[in-house]
Amino acid sequence: MSSPFSINGGACVAMVGKDCVAIACDLRLGLQALTVSNNFPKIFQYGDNVFLGLTGLATDVATVSDLFRYKVNMYRLREERHIAPTTFANLVSSSLYERRFGPYFVSPVVAGLEAKTGKPFICGFDSIGCIDFAKDFIVSGTATEQLFGMCESLWEPDLGPDELFETISQALLNAVDRDALSGWGAHVYIIEKDKVTKRLLKGRQD
Amino acid sequence: MAAMFSQNPLMNGPNYSFNDAPKVNAPEGARQHRFDPYTDNGGSTLAIAGADFTIMAGDTRHTSGYSINSRYYPKVFKIGGTTADQHDANLVLSVVGFAADGEALKERLDAICKMYRYRHGKPMSVKACAQRLSTILYQKRFFPYYVYAILGGLDEEGKGAVYSYDPVGSYEREQCRAGGAAASLIMPFLDNQVNFKNQYVPGSGEGHALQERERKPLSRNEVEVLVKDAFDGAVERHIEVGDGLQMMVITKDGIEEILLPLKKD
Amino acid sequence: MPGFDFSNYNRNAALHARGVPLPKATSTGTTIVGCIFDGGVVIAADTRATSGPIVADKNCEKLHYIAPQIWCAGAGTAADTEFTTALISSQLELHSLSTGRKPRVVTCMTLLKQHLFRYQGHIGAYLVVAGVDPTGTHLFTVHAHGSTDKLPYVTMGSGSLAAMSVFETQWKTHLTRDDAVKLCSEAIQAGIFNDLGSGSNVDVAVITADKTTLMRGYVKPNERSAKLKSYAFEKGTTAVLNEKIIRKQDLGNYVSVHELSTTEEGDKMEVDT
Repeated sequence: MSSPFSINGGACVAMVGKDCVAIACDLRLGLQALTVSNNFPKIFQYGDNVFLGLTGLATDVATVSDLFRYKVNMYRLREERHIAPTTFANLVSSSLYERRFGPYFVSPVVAGLEAKTGKPFICGFDSIGCIDFAKDFIVSGTATEQLFGMCESLWEPDLGPDELFETISQALLNAVDRDALSGWGAHVYIIEKDKVTKRLLKGRQD
Repeated sequence: MAAMFSQNPLMNGPNYSFNDAPKVNAPEGARQHRFDPYTDNGGSTLAIAGADFTIMAGDTRHTSGYSINSRYYPKVFKIGGTTADQHDANLVLSVVGFAADGEALKERLDAICKMYRYRHGKPMSVKACAQRLSTILYQKRFFPYYVYAILGGLDEEGKGAVYSYDPVGSYEREQCRAGGAAASLIMPFLDNQVNFKNQYVPGSGEGHALQERERKPLSRNEVEVLVKDAFDGAVERHIEVGDGLQMMVITKDGIEEILLPLKKD
Repeated sequence: MPGFDFSNYNRNAALHARGVPLPKATSTGTTIVGCIFDGGVVIAADTRATSGPIVADKNCEKLHYIAPQIWCAGAGTAADTEFTTALISSQLELHSLSTGRKPRVVTCMTLLKQHLFRYQGHIGAYLVVAGVDPTGTHLFTVHAHGSTDKLPYVTMGSGSLAAMSVFETQWKTHLTRDDAVKLCSEAIQAGIFNDLGSGSNVDVAVITADKTTLMRGYVKPNERSAKLKSYAFEKGTTAVLNEKIIRKQDLGNYVSVHELSTTEEGDKMEVDT
């Protein structure tokens, strides 16, 4: 049997721009080589500008996304405020490390803007909660290597929202086309201080 | 991480419900002997065919495990010249994977090209050499040369030609190809920047009606830039790639070799 | 105690028994070193985090805060070094608050080894513990199984042999502060350039009786060269099938938003800056 991380397939990427961040995912859900669904988004919203991308074992993606919805709702009720991206990142990290010896098979990505300053924030995690803070981009999923290659060559600092959209979209689309387990369309979120734009991309359906 | 699950035999018994857990059924005192003739020496290669040229490139690092064995160990070779210095060669072979097999394969193909030249009084064409290389690889179908080979040259019409191979000789002529450790990092970049995959002409329509950006052959200079940037990206993210970038540019005037530095960490 | 949750353990053990490989955690490859000098101690680390042959983080922090004058360099499983040092840091803070004394390096080392020994090496943290306390300057290594060492100069991680070769050829007694920093930096660079598991920059922390100086990016010998070309795309290059824009000002149509006035600068509960 193959690794739990590559049974269902999927890819996710986040990028920093000038006063904006972007997060994107593919839409495939598969069972090994068989595609079961072409509408399985892997990005979840937990506040005005806090987004979580989850790739890995689909059952754990669903479980973990619901778990964080519960935890974030409880946080909001207790604290009477929205959760900040950095706080959320630490919540994800501790929640994953709590299961150090029985992990969820997911590789999360967090993207968002700091509510007060509007400063971009992205980070990624391994399945046991080690945070990877990055100033440029974060990738996860079965197309990790392809995404690293694309992002490392396409990304540049201070891209505006429109340029960032093109860059992240091209990075994701071309990466998933070289991965048999990801693809079948994509969702891209461009997060700016006063608005969030969600786009559905045309991608190869093979 | 091998320690993630309990080594305690008591814990591994009734803990799970599957009844098909692997059973240890090796007879008492039986020992398995193994022969491991292959190692992975890392590194990456890249080839792009242009309208009237071909560029073959590879990094020059030679590794095993976490160690660097050499910072200058070429993977790209001129093939089929009349002399040892290959000054009149017309073909380039790049090999990545198990370096010893790569070296052996290069020597063998070079000898074959030289014999061909001696017998026929003309250099071997890329097409002929490509077919011959496939045969050489398939002859060792059950004890393969553990290499990903790419053969480059100019075809009969003077156009750039790139042939890529799997270790047992399946081959194909292509516009561009990346091989080795960082192939998965470089290949999607090539799709996007050489064949303009997933790119459309802005304003040419809406959604499905958009027109695809047309492929146009790249100039030699543009390709050299792409190769350098592709390798710089790969060096950043793959630990086995680095030290030096060796490039061979094949034109009708001969083969030019370029050596550029890469990061050494 | 962290109180691990084992509720996925049985599921994962069952999967593992059916031949499913274990998840790949970040790190393992690293070079970390430490060296005592007259009046204090230096620790240093590289900044590469790997996942298999891929570099997961090019500039991560491997020097962890324990107490103002006790710091730790970590190798091994990244999450384990991060959380183990944070846990012991917290215990040591409470301990020093209740005793009213400055924390000691031996105490820190003992807490770490007892914690790691209890987990029988399953917590993959390999640490260099260094600090100055009322009893003097100290430098230890702690292995994942709980064994410890006390030496004047130490190295750990996959680049430990490369780094130790520098110490064994150049180390001498009664080093000055500057010489110790230089020696540690060179030891790390030996790891960066000769060990594939280590790379990028050198981080250094110098601990003396009166203060700790953390020098993040003390040497940056591996800056990326400028790209030869910009790969920014023309607007409209990507095919979009559907677009939805949610503006903050339009949110009022669906929910009511009340901005609560906050007087103080920043938030005291915020864990990180």
